[in-house]
Amino acid sequence: MHTVMGLINLEHEHDFSNQLTGSRCGAAIPFGGRYRLIDFTLSNMAKSNINEVAIFTRSKYRSLLDHLGSGADWDLDRRQGGLFILPPDWNDPHDISQGDLKHFHNNQDYFERSSAEYVLVSGSQFITNTVYHDFFQHHLDTNADVTLLTTTYDELLPEHKQCMKACVDEDGTVYSVKQDSTCKHIFSGVYLIRKSLLLELVEECIANYKNHFFLDGVIANSDRLNIQAYNYQGDSSIINSVESYYRQNMALLDRQSYKQLFEKNNPVLTKVGNQAPTKYSESSIVNRSIVATGCVIDGQVENSVLFRGVHVSEGAVIKDSIIMQRCVIEPGAYLENVIIDKDVTITKDQVLKGAKEHPFIIAKREKV
Amino acid sequence: MKKECVTMLLAGGAGTRLGALTKNLAKPAVPFGGRYRIIDFALSNCLHSRMHTVGVLTQYSPLILHKHIGVGKPWDLDQKEDGLTILSPYTVTNGGNWYLGTADSITKNINYIEQYDPEHLIVISGDHIYHMDYDKLLQHHKQKEAEATISVLEVPWEETSRFGILNTTDNLRIYDFEEKPVNAKSNLASMGIYVFNWKTLRNYLEEDAKSSTSSHDFGKDIIPTMLADNCRLFAYRFEGYWKDVGTIESYWEAHMDLLKEEQPFSLDSDSWRTYSHDSNLAPQLIEETATINRSLVNNGCIIAGKLDHSILFENVEVEKDSIINQSIIHPGARIGKNVELERVIVQENVTIPDHTKIIAQQDEEPIVLSHTVGQKDADAAISHTIQ
Repeated sequence: MHTVMGLINLEHEHDFSNQLTGSRCGAAIPFGGRYRLIDFTLSNMAKSNINEVAIFTRSKYRSLLDHLGSGADWDLDRRQGGLFILPPDWNDPHDISQGDLKHFHNNQDYFERSSAEYVLVSGSQFITNTVYHDFFQHHLDTNADVTLLTTTYDELLPEHKQCMKACVDEDGTVYSVKQDSTCKHIFSGVYLIRKSLLLELVEECIANYKNHFFLDGVIANSDRLNIQAYNYQGDSSIINSVESYYRQNMALLDRQSYKQLFEKNNPVLTKVGNQAPTKYSESSIVNRSIVATGCVIDGQVENSVLFRGVHVSEGAVIKDSIIMQRCVIEPGAYLENVIIDKDVTITKDQVLKGAKEHPFIIAKREKV
Repeated sequence: MKKECVTMLLAGGAGTRLGALTKNLAKPAVPFGGRYRIIDFALSNCLHSRMHTVGVLTQYSPLILHKHIGVGKPWDLDQKEDGLTILSPYTVTNGGNWYLGTADSITKNINYIEQYDPEHLIVISGDHIYHMDYDKLLQHHKQKEAEATISVLEVPWEETSRFGILNTTDNLRIYDFEEKPVNAKSNLASMGIYVFNWKTLRNYLEEDAKSSTSSHDFGKDIIPTMLADNCRLFAYRFEGYWKDVGTIESYWEAHMDLLKEEQPFSLDSDSWRTYSHDSNLAPQLIEETATINRSLVNNGCIIAGKLDHSILFENVEVEKDSIINQSIIHPGARIGKNVELERVIVQENVTIPDHTKIIAQQDEEPIVLSHTVGQKDADAAISHTIQ
């Protein structure tokens, strides 16, 4: 698959707009005890031997830059190819482009310089652990101009509502895209396109004052382009709201789902932290939880996800909660249905409770 | 380019007293502390001491050790000019040979050291568990205007017969060295960590190489010769935790030390972190049926049973109704249902089938399980326990 380059386009991604995204973009939200949402897509690309990946990002990208670094943790610190984070750097005085087309326009030379023949475009909110080989093969076999990676779910969840759905005829051709649920194939945000076609469509869109490459460039031309759907069968989820974020974290507490996402032979890659193993004392009571390294647990933890370096003091109780990196939970504190961002201290005997549908969120670095 | 100091890390030993643990593995590569290999402690010390020119001498069973060290990236030793260099025995036009002793391994790498034209050479070993700032040792060496400095540790008097003991003046000048003395006059034991003035050492190494009776060892040959010549040899007192995990018993003990309430040695010190590789496994999953008492658990573990005073490396699975007590479980091991282990070391990727019971009594050496236990072994182990 060496002729494919990756593009993670965060431009039109739905912002959670809450405390978790106060200072970071959605792609950088911590997930599953040691990851950030973008890790899944980036790992899938890296493991599919896509060794050149670009990221379009417009705002709140500091924690993303810090997390990704040179891309070394994904083996993307390369002589040939590598990781290219492309924040806005827009200096063309004649530039009339809008939306994500602004990114394409201002990085046109980057795409032209690459020797890749195809571009695999993705967002960060489709969470799965896979390699794209079959997807790419399907694209070649069907002689498609564009192939969308779609999937179907047994149960339609709230987070699927705001997803685009592909309407597909019996031979797999996509004839339109809608948001209502009349079409069953949920579009994952992942698609494959020939690079030369992409650049051609970008130019067309800009000339016509358009602002959304996928909708205006690809879908609007479904009558003249051969757009195919590839129905992905693997386990996956979509995270685009606090509710889905919370629910998908909790889903990992089930051994089956945990094993599916974190397949041992095919680990999800993330930034390495080098913490000591987690230490449990005599007073610890831990059930049905995910715990990262570097934690010290003297209290009670149940149905919860603990990120790296969390300290739970004796007598503290954590239930159905997500506790991010380096939080300190002091003695006697009681937490239920809460999401606690990084570096928070919950003081002695503090009681915080949220509802399952509306977990209570504490922003970064607070002392409560 | 010139460097003030070059560090040579001895990592070639076979560690024969560790039995099955070093059967196919160099001692420095033996897993330790739930996520490390023994050599990580010395390499992390190099990082914290800002020793950036490190030669690692390897010889015995080096495959995993080499793979683990790589170019030294986890310890910031992947540097353009110096950094980490693996030095294995090699051949040259007139032959070549294995490293015959600790001193010989340095002699054979004089060319490596000379590239940096150093003033001082630090010799350390990849076999020990400790946190140490080698720069303090070097400063002490310079301050005493010594030709060689040996790092020493006060050991209990009743253990002096196990160590190389140094007799010093009040000024810490060494006047006598006794290997494993019966009636020790001092309780300062050599830690096998040395600083030398390189030019002086070089002369001694070259002389030693000519001797056919020498065992080419620092402790047995070089240091005694220097002492006989009245060289300025000084001791440097190290205070802190230091453990030579040379036997299965001491390997097991060092792990139990990590679990103590008042730990003599901490892995999670933020100011002196130990670095290692990370296999990028998911955080551990603790299941409904799990109970964990005073234990260390690493990434990728799935725990449904009971852990008590045990250390689990990455990717270990413990099924329900099993009890793991005072045991050390190496990466990738699978512990079935209703298993009972006490004072056991389970090696990498070993599977323990359901209903197995293996217990080492308090007065016997911990049991090392190095291959997957079949039903027959399990039965044998049970009868062993009943005795």
